[in-house]
Amino acid sequence: MGREGDSFWAPVPKVGGWRLFLKTVVARAYPRIIGQQRERSWIFFDVFLSILAVSAYVFVYRAIGAPEDYVGFVVIGGAMTPFWLNVLWSMSSQLYWEKESGNLALYIMAPNSMMAILLGMALGGMLGTSLRAVAILLAGSLLFHVQYTGGNVFALGVVFLLTLTALYGLGMMSASLFLLWGREAWHLANLAQEPIYLLSGFYFPVKNLGFWVAVVASMIPLTLGLDAMRQLLFPAGAATGFLPVPVEVAGLVVLGVLFLVAAWGLLRYMERIAIREGRLLEMRR
Amino acid sequence: MMRPSAHRYIGLSERWRAAWRSFRIATWLGWQIESNWTDPFLFAVYSMLKPLASAAILVVMYGVITQAQFQHPVFAYIYLGNAFYIYVGAVMTGVSWAVIDDREHYRTLKYIYVAPVRIPAYWLGRGVARFLTGSFAVLITLTAGVLFLRVPLHPARVDWPLFLLSLVLGVGALALMGLVLASISLRVAHHFFLIGEAVAGALYLLSGAIFPLEVLPAWLRPLGFMMPITYWLELIRRSLLGDAARAFPTLAGFSNGQLLGILTGLSVLFALVAAVVFQLCDRQARDRGLIDQTTNY
Repeated sequence: MGREGDSFWAPVPKVGGWRLFLKTVVARAYPRIIGQQRERSWIFFDVFLSILAVSAYVFVYRAIGAPEDYVGFVVIGGAMTPFWLNVLWSMSSQLYWEKESGNLALYIMAPNSMMAILLGMALGGMLGTSLRAVAILLAGSLLFHVQYTGGNVFALGVVFLLTLTALYGLGMMSASLFLLWGREAWHLANLAQEPIYLLSGFYFPVKNLGFWVAVVASMIPLTLGLDAMRQLLFPAGAATGFLPVPVEVAGLVVLGVLFLVAAWGLLRYMERIAIREGRLLEMRR
Repeated sequence: MMRPSAHRYIGLSERWRAAWRSFRIATWLGWQIESNWTDPFLFAVYSMLKPLASAAILVVMYGVITQAQFQHPVFAYIYLGNAFYIYVGAVMTGVSWAVIDDREHYRTLKYIYVAPVRIPAYWLGRGVARFLTGSFAVLITLTAGVLFLRVPLHPARVDWPLFLLSLVLGVGALALMGLVLASISLRVAHHFFLIGEAVAGALYLLSGAIFPLEVLPAWLRPLGFMMPITYWLELIRRSLLGDAARAFPTLAGFSNGQLLGILTGLSVLFALVAAVVFQLCDRQARDRGLIDQTTNY
């Protein structure tokens, strides 16, 4: 047998430990990034329609004579919306969807960490969605002549990264929860759009909801993240801010750690249930 | 031997019967899918929370800027437009999501395609459940507006015939727009969100739902005037608010009859568009083997 045949029958080199973990992360992130760019219709629906939706709220503010900073608040909220939708539909309900389409069993059988799969989904989603968020931010800023303060770019970057870490941690955690809930989960994801837009202050400063409502809403990382970013980006941000930026940064750190640890714990719980009760592969339609 | 005209007549009648049967069964199926995942109480809360939150966003935005001047006519304009706009997302999503749900979740689209089912009628039937839950949400939103925000709605002052006629025509137009989206869904991958809601979110801008079209840049206004939703919402506002609705400038120059005529004309146009788009997308989906594709990026 020739050289080609030898290589065909040669054992496949196996990796383990952190190398396997990293390879799994990359392998799961890859289709997410490529898929998001490959589907042209997604780019249209994600970016163009999002800009139109953001514009509607901008024109409401203009119709009722709001200060121009509020237009900027809407653009920032609109730019962060794809992240929330991505976490809801492509993180939280993804494992449920994978179960329904038959992939989950393969994930569980494969000799890799489920945490790596979730992390790959999160990183891929984060990167792919960032492109859309940037497009919405640029288009919104140019169309509506949004004026930003040339403030602390480093602090802004830190707030943004912490917000995404905590947000995708929440997504990883809820992926296991949603999987356990079954069909209800899909409806809960559907339910968690407008109520979260309201509670997290996507289109207005969350301070206007009252202190305690804003405290409860701060369990969603976007609440603190959006508020901190607005404070750093707009002259009126500090006056309309909910808490001082350092406090909000500390809150985001706590939420990030909390959600990632909870995601790890819930995955272990889910895998135990998979072994003990065999419930993970049931189809409750 | 059967005369050609008689044959055509029977064929048409059978097609209508098949369409009605598909619509009826799909309505029942859609209702089961939408509602049987939980108990009635949770389902009612679920149906209420989303539209109320959507209305509350606008209420907070308006309240923050105007220092809560909810008695101003502009507020009634915004509130009613937003309340009835619930139908836009509900009906368009109800009809179009059935494609993705059947194709990628239940994986039954291929079986439905080979069954003696009229596909467009089936999709329209699947949208009825969301229309019903949407109606519930509209009712709750209106009640909350009257009770807590003093939206000036009085049953005795409502022009009921105009309201009901507008509602039927408007929902019909929305269903046809949903059909266009459903046909497009045959050609595209599974989106991580609902296409119907995304499009409804975009049309929010162009239909004058929450602000008069005069606020839009001049180059965007013609798009608003091409949307049946614009005329439908104006008719709904006029039927519910009476003379108060005439304070809004956009369509003040049109009589109710003219608005009804335009809405009917645009509905017929969308019916033609829906038929053409369905034929096109259906043929392409069959040719490219997309009827049973699954897309799990």
